[in-house]
Amino acid sequence: MPKSLISIQDFTKEEILHVLDVAEEMEHNKSQTFLSDKVVACIFFEPSTRTRLSFETAANRLGARVIGFSDAANTSIRKGESLKDTIKMVSNYVDLIVMRHPLEGSARYASEVASVPVINAGDGANQHPTQTLLDLYTIRQTQGRLDHININMVGDLKYGRTVHSLLQAMSHFSPEFEFTAPDELKLPQEYRDFMDSKGIPYKETSDLREYLDATDILYMTRIQQERFTDPVEYEKVKNVYSLNASMLQGVRPNMKILHPLPRLQEISTDVDDTPFAWYFKQAENGMYVRMAIISYLLGKR
Amino acid sequence: MEKNDGQQLKVSAIKDGTVLDHIPSSQVFKVIDILGLSGSEHPVTFGVNLDSKSMGRKGIIKISERFFRDDELNKIALIAPNASVNIIRNFRVAEKKVLAIPETVSGMVKCINPMCVTNHEDIPTKFKTIVKGSEIQLLCHYCEKITDL
Repeated sequence: MPKSLISIQDFTKEEILHVLDVAEEMEHNKSQTFLSDKVVACIFFEPSTRTRLSFETAANRLGARVIGFSDAANTSIRKGESLKDTIKMVSNYVDLIVMRHPLEGSARYASEVASVPVINAGDGANQHPTQTLLDLYTIRQTQGRLDHININMVGDLKYGRTVHSLLQAMSHFSPEFEFTAPDELKLPQEYRDFMDSKGIPYKETSDLREYLDATDILYMTRIQQERFTDPVEYEKVKNVYSLNASMLQGVRPNMKILHPLPRLQEISTDVDDTPFAWYFKQAENGMYVRMAIISYLLGKR
Repeated sequence: MEKNDGQQLKVSAIKDGTVLDHIPSSQVFKVIDILGLSGSEHPVTFGVNLDSKSMGRKGIIKISERFFRDDELNKIALIAPNASVNIIRNFRVAEKKVLAIPETVSGMVKCINPMCVTNHEDIPTKFKTIVKGSEIQLLCHYCEKITDL
């Protein structure tokens, strides 16, 4: 079975650092041609703008050609074709598959049926490992290191998969965490157990202002309506945090605000022009990191 | 331990085969399922709610002329970790086996996550077992969610 990237835990610390180094090379040299004999499939069974466009751009910038679909509605899946058959067929056409699918575990399954590497571009609420790698890249870019960083995670810590994957990945680098969330969206017990087992210190609050001045990375997340089964619960918490420029007066000078995007009202637009806003740069970094991952899995870096 | 006292006689002795004893009564039918005994061609006798000194009430299953592989028997450890397994030859206990909780479980348990791919596509489930004190949890190989037993 070729090496795939399905869950952030599939990569060792060394592999993570290698991919970040390659991504840095890509940022300095944005157009390369060493994949000109390759075809990449981007098959998106669920809508996405940022992830799909950045994967397609990444493949194109390496000289590869891209096929795929951005919506399962016009494919044989509507005729009832199984995921297995779709993946078997696509993997005979291309050299690498990038897949997003609403079912959890679908990417792991695809990697077991495919004859080429599979990159998980999101399997429902489960994993989105390329987001985690681009978060790590951005943290290192803004802080000059990954070790001993203080990260304050804000918002939906219960359902937010980016939060869970990032804290698993950061566990290699002796971090300190603050978790800012309303009671309804606190970090699940399994992740507290995970941090206790790794000896990672963390503090919790429901007040966004409490640890704002003591952090290197403020990792904001959107409260995701699609994860709530009860609309009343969503209405209760949807506007719970709203960061604006006036709240940033006492923060550390090196502090940067990250957000996986799309953002709603949790970051007011007046923050965009402060030196602390880094979320658009973070989204740009996604392209370099995806270039690096594609190159690595195809054995070219 | 395994004396031929009055309790044992309620489920008659077998000449050759396998005796599964000290099964929680509530799990006897599940054990029968797991071992695929409902389609068995061999004589199978079982009892539930029998008096037991150590358990209060217990279940027992006796399968004549049938011997199981360890990996088949170890599946029982998931629902009856304290069950005892005796291999009978010529009415005597020829061997006692200790059940070991298997590291992985395939096919026999459904993932609780309704969004798990195994509940939508024709895929056998696959779990890693996690032992947490007296509880056994199953970590889905696909969706990475935990199913309690």
